[in-house]
Amino acid sequence: MAALVFISVLLLSFGIFFLPKRAHYLFALVLALAMVSLTSFWAVSLLSGSREFSVLTLDIPMISNVFMLVFDKLSAFFIIVVNITIVVGLLYARGYLKPYYNEKNALSFSMHYFAYLWLYFSMLLVVGCRDGLSFLISWEVMAISSFLLVIFDAEDRNIMKTGINYLIQMHVGMAILMIALILVEKDTGSMSFDALPAYFTRHSNWPLFLLFFAGFAIKAGFIPLHTWLPQAHPAAPSHVSGVMSGVMIKMGIYGMFRVLVSVQTDLLVIGVVVLVLSLISGLLGVMMAIVQHDLKRLLAYHSIENIGIIGMGMGLGIIGKAIANPQLMLLGFGGSLLHVLNHSLFKSLLFFNAGSVFHATHTRNIEQTGGLMKKMPYTALLFLVGSLAICGLPPFNGFISEYLIFYGMFQSLSGAGLYQAILLLFSIIGLSLIGGLAIFCFTKAFGIVFLGEPRSQKAADAVEVSRGMILPQLVTVFFIVAVGLASAWFVKPVFGVVADIFPVDASQFATIAANLSGISLAAGVFVLVAVALLVLRYYYLKRKTVRTGPTWGCGYTAATPKLQYTATSYADNYHKLAKPLIRNNVHSESITDDEIFPPAKSFETHSEDVFKTRLTDAPVNRVLELLKKIAVMQTGQIQHYILYAFVFMLLIFLLTYFNLI
Amino acid sequence: MPGIILILIAAVLFPGIILRTKSITAGRRGPGLLQPLRDIGVLLRKGSVFSTTSGLIFRIAPSLTLASIVAAISVVPFGNQNALISFGGDFVFFAYMLALGKFFTIIGALDTGSSFEGMGANREALFSMLVEPAFFILIGTFAMFTGLTSFSEMFSQFHVTGNHYVLIFSVISFYLLVQIAMIENSRLPVDDPKTHLELTMIHEVMILDNSGFDKALIHIGTYLKFGIYGALMSAALVPAEWNIYLQVSLFFAIQLIFAVIIGLNESFRARNKMGRNPQYILTLSAIALLAFVVILILTGKLIQ
Repeated sequence: MAALVFISVLLLSFGIFFLPKRAHYLFALVLALAMVSLTSFWAVSLLSGSREFSVLTLDIPMISNVFMLVFDKLSAFFIIVVNITIVVGLLYARGYLKPYYNEKNALSFSMHYFAYLWLYFSMLLVVGCRDGLSFLISWEVMAISSFLLVIFDAEDRNIMKTGINYLIQMHVGMAILMIALILVEKDTGSMSFDALPAYFTRHSNWPLFLLFFAGFAIKAGFIPLHTWLPQAHPAAPSHVSGVMSGVMIKMGIYGMFRVLVSVQTDLLVIGVVVLVLSLISGLLGVMMAIVQHDLKRLLAYHSIENIGIIGMGMGLGIIGKAIANPQLMLLGFGGSLLHVLNHSLFKSLLFFNAGSVFHATHTRNIEQTGGLMKKMPYTALLFLVGSLAICGLPPFNGFISEYLIFYGMFQSLSGAGLYQAILLLFSIIGLSLIGGLAIFCFTKAFGIVFLGEPRSQKAADAVEVSRGMILPQLVTVFFIVAVGLASAWFVKPVFGVVADIFPVDASQFATIAANLSGISLAAGVFVLVAVALLVLRYYYLKRKTVRTGPTWGCGYTAATPKLQYTATSYADNYHKLAKPLIRNNVHSESITDDEIFPPAKSFETHSEDVFKTRLTDAPVNRVLELLKKIAVMQTGQIQHYILYAFVFMLLIFLLTYFNLI
Repeated sequence: MPGIILILIAAVLFPGIILRTKSITAGRRGPGLLQPLRDIGVLLRKGSVFSTTSGLIFRIAPSLTLASIVAAISVVPFGNQNALISFGGDFVFFAYMLALGKFFTIIGALDTGSSFEGMGANREALFSMLVEPAFFILIGTFAMFTGLTSFSEMFSQFHVTGNHYVLIFSVISFYLLVQIAMIENSRLPVDDPKTHLELTMIHEVMILDNSGFDKALIHIGTYLKFGIYGALMSAALVPAEWNIYLQVSLFFAIQLIFAVIIGLNESFRARNKMGRNPQYILTLSAIALLAFVVILILTGKLIQ
């Protein structure tokens, strides 16, 4: 019965092409909600432990048995994560896409919603498919549907270019995964994740794991495989960026966990490699985020940072497994998974509100915004909640997952050997630096965009977005606050997932639950004192004279918005420190001596992603140059082509004659 | 609970002692010990002026910052007495709670749209980011040495080992905590609270536009922070199993010494060049790593 509903929703989605333009949204919403309620029911019943496996076989003729969906607790967890953001994103999309309604034809709208639905379905299939072939097919559907979503605004040539770049990078990742799965099939005869344990018992573990890791890391955005991310997220419409950054890149994390479950030896090597790579991703991600001027690009770099934090938890968990420390396993893997949920919440919230800012001001350039809190108070508050959460500040959810990872590291310090202790200490330093840098970045993002005076006419003319765009986000805010204040309720099922997929004793949860209630209590103290002070302040100021006046300008009274600190100047002192790692290109025209009355000059700076220029662009350019040289052969004269064919045949003849092929 | 009361008493007297030290070294008669308290009283009697540029954030920031400091106090222990709230990893909460307060101070400053306050905001954000690792290395070292992970447990246990070389570690951590406290509270040599030029301030320039009630809250927060760090210092130096009265008197002695150090420092020393501050702060992390090495040796990890 459930299977029937599942398949009919999948098939019904094609109906969107036959509907009139105004019905598209409602149709997509109904289908999405149907799927969300069905899968949420499965997931919740799986997580609450009532059923171990929920097996669903899609009876597709010809390839039956291949599409077999098997959900376990890990899949159930990811389904919950996906469902929340998908629904909020779709509700938000209604208002966001309104300005495009008259611009675009029915086909592009139906295509957009169709791709959105299939991005959702493909993620469900990815977490359910154990068979390699069907997994790869779902993975491909996910790549293509997200590509279609990114190029929604394809009239802009740059967006099309970005989209193609994204598609190519996804296929590089896909190719790596395919190679890894084929290796498994060659050895065990079965191209399935269930065959991995058999492979791992017979072979060295780290090469295959790292192959899988590389394939999944392109999707997840680990440095240096991240270069698609900061380009694709700004190009996509905001509800899509929210979904892609919030949940789609997490499919890479899902894949890593799926493979990790089967890894048996070499765990220490793998754990250290994952930890170090994640630390680099986390640090460089946030370091590059700080110098961005494009709000959505800044958020995209923060996704890299958060993937780094997730990876750090994962690396710690692996090390815990290697040194048989169940508590470290639980805390590392648990913190990692909880951060998956947390990041999906606050990052989608931030992307939606960045979208609202774009919607209202038509610019993503931070330098042209300012003072938006007065024009768009609700958007500003939502963005503030997202900022505090992403910085890992209590009493919001980001703190809980970072705390779990921190706690795991501090816990295992005393029992660790010399090298482990040093590694752990540097991870602690790294994570604390990431936290400090994130605060630097988001005080800048929030402060420059929403506070102060408008820096351009666009910002001055901004008006708050419609209620339909704001209200759905309250669902996300609810979860952000709930995880932050009542963390034990959420951590327990997450630990249940870890205990289920890895053979680990979850009885450690009791101590951690006590810690978590301590956090809730202390966070409660903060909330109480804050509310008390604000109430006191309200009644206090009521009795006093309160005046308004200009901002203190050190005696200067003709201050204009131009005098305010900008995003660039805010990041300037940081930038001086980070120069070796972060490159900023400056283009300026200087004034020469012979110009008595110099005309208007220009000055612009933009930051450059070192990895993109060195690792992606440079090799591609070199290949292009080579291909250009080969293009000499393409003369356009039919005689030459016949000659080529003749030479080719002659070559074949000669080679066969001398038994060379 | 006694910890909180002691911190409150220390916070009341602390800024006065700094002022008094400075006035004595300068040869002035100077104000009384309770002058800072009277200043707060004056601020509380005053009305407020708000910039037309500023909005909600500017108005709520001081209250939220003070609330975050109070919440941070709730996990600070004293001697064998547990903190009000104590749990494994509470120092992570402590550090992040103080960071929350800083977040609000910074965006509160940016809300005025003043270039001066933007300058202060970005310096504060950078320097507090740089000082974070030193604190975490220090606490990580404590955790590694004792095998425990809450403030209360760590401080009450780490003297018990009977290894007298622990004193080296105590002294290093005392030094680090003094330095961290100076930076967190914006004192010399990183920031000069008495400078007259906006361009060279950090913390003071961020609160240029605050007045009345809000400014009083900001001052109370700063005083409390002195008390917190003083309490941490005494916890690092004084063994928790000593007589409670001795501990209390040592607590006040350490607070007194800390305040006098700050006062002397500010009387005889000039502020660092702003561009040199990052180096100065990062040195603390290096010293903290030294403490880590000391503990590696003491626990037999480096040399068996």
